[in-house]
Amino acid sequence: MEKIYLAIVLAPLFGAILAGLFGKQIGRVGAHTATILGVAIAAALSVYVFWQHGVNGLPAYNASVYEWATIGGLRLEVGFLVDNLTAMMMVVVTSVSLMVHVYTIGYMADDNGYQRFFSYISLFTFSMLMLVMSNNFLQLFFGWEAVGLVSYLLIGFWFKKPTAIYANMKAFLVNRVGDFGFLIGIAAVLYWFGSLDYATVFAAAPDWAKQGLTLQVTDSVQWSAISVICIGLFIGAMGKSAQVPLHVWLPDSMEGPTPISALIHAATMVTAGVFMVARMSPLFELSETALTFVIVIGATTALFMGFLGIVQNDIKRVVAYSTLSQLGYMVVALGASAYAAGVFHLMTHAFFKALLFLGAGAVIVAMHHEQDIRKMGGLWKHMKVVWITALLGSLALIGTPFFSGFYSKDAIIEAVHASNIAGSGYAYVCVLAGVFITALYSFRMFFLVFHTKERFHDADNHHHHKVPHDDGHAKHGSHTHHGHHDDHGVPHHLPWVITLPLILLAIPSVIVAWFWAEPMLAGDFFKGVIYVAPEHNSLAVVAEHLEHGWVAFALHAPMTVPFWLAAAGVFTAWFIWVKNPKIADVAQAKLKAVHTLLINKYYFDDINQALFANGSVRLGGRLSKHGDTQLIDGLIVNGSAKGVGKLAVQLRKLQSGYLYHYAFGMIIGLLLLIGWLYFRV
Amino acid sequence: MTTLPLLSLLVWTPIIGALLVLFGAGERNNGSTAKWLALITSLITLALCVPLYTGFDLTTPNMQFGELSPWFSISGLTINYALGVDGFSMPLILLTSFITVIVVIAGWEVIETKVSQYMAAFLVMTGLMNGVFAALDAMLFYVFWEAMLVPMFLIIGIWGGPNRVYATIKFFLYTFFGSVFMLIALIYMAIQAGSFSILDLHKLPMTLDVQHWIFAAFLIAFAVKVPMFPVHTWLPDAHVEAPTGGSVVLAAIMLKMGTYGFVRFNLPIAPDASLAWADVMIALSLIAVVYIGFVALVQKDMKKLVAYSSIAHMGFVTLGFFVAFALLATDHDMQAALGVQGALVQMVSHGFISGAMFLCIGVLYDRVHSRQIGDYGGVANTMPKFAALMMLFTMANAGLPGTSGFVGEFMVILAAFSANFWYAILAATTLIVGAAYSLWMYKRVVFGEVANSHVAELEDINRREQFMLVVLALAVLALGLYPKMLTELMEPTVQHLLQVSLQSKLPGA
Repeated sequence: MEKIYLAIVLAPLFGAILAGLFGKQIGRVGAHTATILGVAIAAALSVYVFWQHGVNGLPAYNASVYEWATIGGLRLEVGFLVDNLTAMMMVVVTSVSLMVHVYTIGYMADDNGYQRFFSYISLFTFSMLMLVMSNNFLQLFFGWEAVGLVSYLLIGFWFKKPTAIYANMKAFLVNRVGDFGFLIGIAAVLYWFGSLDYATVFAAAPDWAKQGLTLQVTDSVQWSAISVICIGLFIGAMGKSAQVPLHVWLPDSMEGPTPISALIHAATMVTAGVFMVARMSPLFELSETALTFVIVIGATTALFMGFLGIVQNDIKRVVAYSTLSQLGYMVVALGASAYAAGVFHLMTHAFFKALLFLGAGAVIVAMHHEQDIRKMGGLWKHMKVVWITALLGSLALIGTPFFSGFYSKDAIIEAVHASNIAGSGYAYVCVLAGVFITALYSFRMFFLVFHTKERFHDADNHHHHKVPHDDGHAKHGSHTHHGHHDDHGVPHHLPWVITLPLILLAIPSVIVAWFWAEPMLAGDFFKGVIYVAPEHNSLAVVAEHLEHGWVAFALHAPMTVPFWLAAAGVFTAWFIWVKNPKIADVAQAKLKAVHTLLINKYYFDDINQALFANGSVRLGGRLSKHGDTQLIDGLIVNGSAKGVGKLAVQLRKLQSGYLYHYAFGMIIGLLLLIGWLYFRV
Repeated sequence: MTTLPLLSLLVWTPIIGALLVLFGAGERNNGSTAKWLALITSLITLALCVPLYTGFDLTTPNMQFGELSPWFSISGLTINYALGVDGFSMPLILLTSFITVIVVIAGWEVIETKVSQYMAAFLVMTGLMNGVFAALDAMLFYVFWEAMLVPMFLIIGIWGGPNRVYATIKFFLYTFFGSVFMLIALIYMAIQAGSFSILDLHKLPMTLDVQHWIFAAFLIAFAVKVPMFPVHTWLPDAHVEAPTGGSVVLAAIMLKMGTYGFVRFNLPIAPDASLAWADVMIALSLIAVVYIGFVALVQKDMKKLVAYSSIAHMGFVTLGFFVAFALLATDHDMQAALGVQGALVQMVSHGFISGAMFLCIGVLYDRVHSRQIGDYGGVANTMPKFAALMMLFTMANAGLPGTSGFVGEFMVILAAFSANFWYAILAATTLIVGAAYSLWMYKRVVFGEVANSHVAELEDINRREQFMLVVLALAVLALGLYPKMLTELMEPTVQHLLQVSLQSKLPGA
């Protein structure tokens, strides 16, 4: 098996290197063939690995690949831990990645950076696999930052766009704030456990926690050691999985091409935090403080980021806020100790959210790179595949019974309800309200894009008015990502490479839970991988409900609150934006203060910009000017040089050249000497 | 065992080569003879490192490849020509010889006047720097140490920028001022020990008061060189005025002299004082990391920015050394080793990364004749290959895992946490601040629309430039992905240092 694991990781890496370094030589077809082949190999082998571990019950594999360094007896290694959790992540990552690779052939067809793009997404796949397959904290951190790097490169893929290169730096720096906490967490692990190896640390954790060690933060403040570790690690998850207040980078990351929004900023990378906390469950279970912190942060993200989805008009940003909100759901599940539910939602979400993003991308391509949903409408008859698959994805997202999202979301809600961790009451309110909000923004977008009146004719005219139809325009198009604007408002025909991935992603979005809800949520799929303390077992109630199988579980839905909340959300969306569009305007006018707050995204960006970005630059400026230039160089260095100079000027005056000055000096000196000798005795 | 005096060859080959370049080749063929001769000399020097590397015994902390012959005596004290290397100095000799080849290539088409003198100056410097690292006699060390200043002084003073006179004088006075105290300390100890051998000085017992004085004297000499806050302001000026090759050597190797001095002199000679000074040294290191990081953020001159970032990164080296002392006092031996190893890896890694960053700036400067960030923008449009390589170095500068820049910082931060939570918190801010200044510079220079006609006319890097940057890129990646190749060279010496440092040298202790 070792060779298979290694091949899974290396195949995408070779593809990336080939497309990246020899892109010119192998050409466009060569680049996408090489990378797709690499990822396809990884995907096929991942399915095999999943089959072996998840179905045939092959025991977990945990071994070192090579030794990174050994210092003072501490072995730092690169190695793989492959168990059911890893295997599931590997399938999710490689399969979504494969779909995105295929889709990219169509989406990036006109782009100059075609090979570069394929190289990056394959490199991403490699990095993400390194992250999920790691058996130690060092390699975890490597993968963690490597996916961040590729995310940075891809958000800024169109490096001429000022918004894109602003967004990518913002994403990297905000993620680094998270990584700061993450690194502190890792350092804490090393301090207390003397090892960075998962197995060693997890094995030692329960006994170690009984010692109740603390960290002396100041003379009077002590923090519990385990909470320091868990909260530090979780701050890393907050950056990567975009939890409030470190969520600010994710909406801006939509500046990147849509395929990577689907792959990195919806399906895989942003869920790394959720995966990591689930992996660290043996540690998190020991700290109720950390779990409370996790559940409160997650709940806040789940609800309050959902609100923002309602007021967005950019199709990608609606999906982005939806992603933030759904990540919040996953994190809430972690906080409620329902790690399996969080990870299960991670999987279902990966499929339906990648589907929704790729669907949004298809709409964008068809609409000649228009992203404003106010300028769409009635698209259902122009793109039936996209319409149907987007409907399926949206139904999965809002938790319609029998769809995959229903099982994962319902499990989370029930688990939070059953949880008795501090903060779970607040979280329960948030996740319930979130169900209504999710349905509302999802179907607002769905209706505005695919139904209602066709508004793109006016929009398109307007667009053409702005950008005339000439050679300059074509050049503009080839230089940036814009496609051809040749026809008058008629949506583009979509190639099969774009529609096929939609269909292939729609299938698991609907059915994946039919097979895996029971083993993952109620069975022992995660046994020995995810540890839940007996007193935290909030998923027990879900297991009870799943006893009669997945069909009965879904049939029971109309007896539950979330079902009606979701239905109410869809109905409200229909009523406001389809039936009676004036209501939206009236509501907006009546609730002006709320609307302003939402449009400004609770002012997070403004505060960050003013306080941290401008503040740092101002601080740097002050230190540079007053510290280095004025104090050290001005006063001390050049000051002492000047001082020597001034002293020399004064001393020079003594050498006047007049004999009587010297004679006078000698006589005075002699008198002083005699006087001193006289009085000394 | 090799019978060749390998270390002597490493010291004298470049110096003899320099003489040949200077007097044999001169400015013939527009200096092209001089260039080729310099390249061959630097390659021979690098080739001499191969037996040094392969013959190096990984199991012992003792000095290897030793050479000893009496030089002269003063009042009964013999000054020896004594050379030898251990795990601390051997990697630095490799680094020096490697960087020299790069520097010769970097100056190939760029230096047009006094080519032979330029090349000779660098070769002489290489020999002297190898001498500093190989010297086992305190007086020999001092001679190499001071002599090394002369070629650097000339390089900045002759081939430097418009404000070069201010910069050279500042550089010279600063470093010379520092080394005077070191000389006094060396002579005092040599009289006490009856020997100038550095290894004998390591064994000399001293009272705490004396150790304090000795430590302080060395500190002044080495802190200036590193440079540590607050004696760092000569570095940005020197870098800004130095030609590209000068900056590369300055950043990649000369700064390492200071930190090498700490492990060779301060820590083993005055362990009790080192422990007493540890808090102060840690504080200064953390100021270097945090304060200098913010100062770097606002620099408008690319070279100044990288110079400040060098100071911040060297802060990790001193932090690693002295955190180790704090850790030894609390029996965290493994973490102490991590701190020292991290510091040593950071020295080599910074040699690669800062060298590469200065070469990148040099590549741009050769084309546009400006170092101002504001004069660039959108370089990626016209120089895609360059942009890709510079991206790698920028990320390495920001400490991205997988590059060498990560290894040292990671180890030192981990060690710092074990010493004190707050040390780690402050040191780890580099994750954010370091990324901010590195990426912000990259964004303004490389990304965006083509900013002006100069950028529009840029030509991508040629084969020569590509070669030197790719070689450094490979070094950065290799060390990042497999640091063991470096750490295993140093591990026995690190363990030995930690044992020595644990033993008090107070008389009667």
